Amino acid sequence: MSLHKLTLIELHRKFKAGEVTAAEIVRAYSLRISQIEPKVRAFVTHTQESTSVQAESLDRNLKSWRKTMPLSGMPLAIKDNICTDGVLTTCSSRMLQNFVPPYDATVIAKLRTQDYILLGKTNLDEFAMGSSTENSAFGPSRNPWNLQCVPGGSSGGSAAAVAAEECAAALGSDTGGSIRQPAAFCGVVGLKPTYGLVSRYGLVAFASSLDQIGPITRTVSDAAFLLGAIAGHDPLDSTSIDRPVPDYMKSLQKRDLKTLRVGVPVEFFTEGLDPEVEQAVRAAIGELRRLGADVKEVRLPRTDAAVAVYYVIATAEASSNLARFDGVKFGFRAKETKDLLELYMKTRQEGFGPEVKRRIMLGTYVLSAGYYDAYYGKAQAVRTLVCQDFEAAFKEVDLIVTPTTPTPAFKLGEKSEDPLQMYLSDVFTISVNLAGLPAISLPCGFSKAGMPIGLQLIGRAFEEEIVLRAAHAYEQSAQWHQKRPTIR
Amino acid sequence: MEITQQDVEKVAQLARLAVTPAEKDTFAKQLSQILTHVDKLNQYETMGVEPTLTVMGQVNVFREDVIHPSLPSDRALANAPERDADGFVVPKILEER
Repeated sequence: MSLHKLTLIELHRKFKAGEVTAAEIVRAYSLRISQIEPKVRAFVTHTQESTSVQAESLDRNLKSWRKTMPLSGMPLAIKDNICTDGVLTTCSSRMLQNFVPPYDATVIAKLRTQDYILLGKTNLDEFAMGSSTENSAFGPSRNPWNLQCVPGGSSGGSAAAVAAEECAAALGSDTGGSIRQPAAFCGVVGLKPTYGLVSRYGLVAFASSLDQIGPITRTVSDAAFLLGAIAGHDPLDSTSIDRPVPDYMKSLQKRDLKTLRVGVPVEFFTEGLDPEVEQAVRAAIGELRRLGADVKEVRLPRTDAAVAVYYVIATAEASSNLARFDGVKFGFRAKETKDLLELYMKTRQEGFGPEVKRRIMLGTYVLSAGYYDAYYGKAQAVRTLVCQDFEAAFKEVDLIVTPTTPTPAFKLGEKSEDPLQMYLSDVFTISVNLAGLPAISLPCGFSKAGMPIGLQLIGRAFEEEIVLRAAHAYEQSAQWHQKRPTIR
Repeated sequence: MEITQQDVEKVAQLARLAVTPAEKDTFAKQLSQILTHVDKLNQYETMGVEPTLTVMGQVNVFREDVIHPSLPSDRALANAPERDADGFVVPKILEER
């Protein structure tokens, strides 16, 4: 069997048993990437060369002390907004085209301690702003299930690389759905952890009160496996929470869902929901019931406000976070400017793409004198109402189940001219970030056109174990994860 | 909410972002459209509702004021678009006397 077909956990077991070496893993994936990548274009930067050297030294060291950690020798792809010491980190922006971070993000430092293998940095919508990777300064990635379709975004490169078996697993980041939506579009598993579970140190900030790093994998157990390696308190991120990290793999052991109360929010099943998506999600809910879950309707009445709240708060935070890109300390600098003000203005004009500019403008507007209370203050208050909806629902149920997206993956170019339409496609994932909750997307079927459909399970804060357990039970019973794309 | 080209110009200045005449036109239209959608927030009564400032309820996080190793200046300067031996170089900001 080809190594690239194995799940992360299967590959780990083989490596641990000494049945395969790191060098063999790197060779297998380099071959796979060279065959598939011209079609999928999941990566911004490849690191195979340095990787081969690293793999050989890992193999030599292991021979002498034969002790492997969970991610030792595991070939991963990392979204290109997560800093990797000595490896280009571009955020798919002209602004950071030549930026080589002098430090590792905390998640990368953790993986490096375990001797993981970095296969490359994956494409995203510029600065993680978008839902299709079409906003990448280096061109869009493709959906492995249909190369005419978008892989979703913003972690579209990571999701496409996992689906196309160009890596065993990947990391993405999720601000309004950027892990879950591309996972749904590419037929893989994507987990957004509770806000504060995974350190954001070294993640290039987009909207600091919403951003979280999380795993994108082929199976739910792979997601649990990778989450365990990156979670935990970090003094370098003052919003990371100091609490013990549970053994997520253990939470998968209990297969039946008896005593689990599952809520279906009526507000997610309205007009705009593609009938094929609704059918697949309803069937999945039936499956959860067969597995023993007690399914009932719940209400999240302020769902309708989430997109508006998000595009005020996220852009406000972005306008502030992206102020650092000024052409002085790192990144792009415009040429031939007469003074410092012109240096700032032209650097930012030439360095940022249209969507990033649009969001900086919107964020600056909603924070500006005279509009702050009407927009930013109002959005912060309505955000509280959105959180209260979840609190009320989670008094009645332990888990909320919804579609991840209203439609399967759309065609390249279909929505890129209409920013509001693109924003509205995030309607099912955004409220989760506003409330800081954990949520997973996993495959629950396919459209007639053969495109994957995603099921979203949302849990209470820090209850990743329940989310993973239910997702794993569903996955093992439904077996959608066995279906892989034929790339042509 | 209707955004004019003058509004765009003012905001662009605040954001330190140069915009072309074509961008002014596009942004005015797109921001108007997005803010019209955002205006639906006014349907929600928020009198007496506390704003969500930190979603997990964290307040100030303090640490001991001790010195930790930091990046050596050479590494910190390595990505500079323009530098000299130990600093970032920018256009002059003070007039000659």
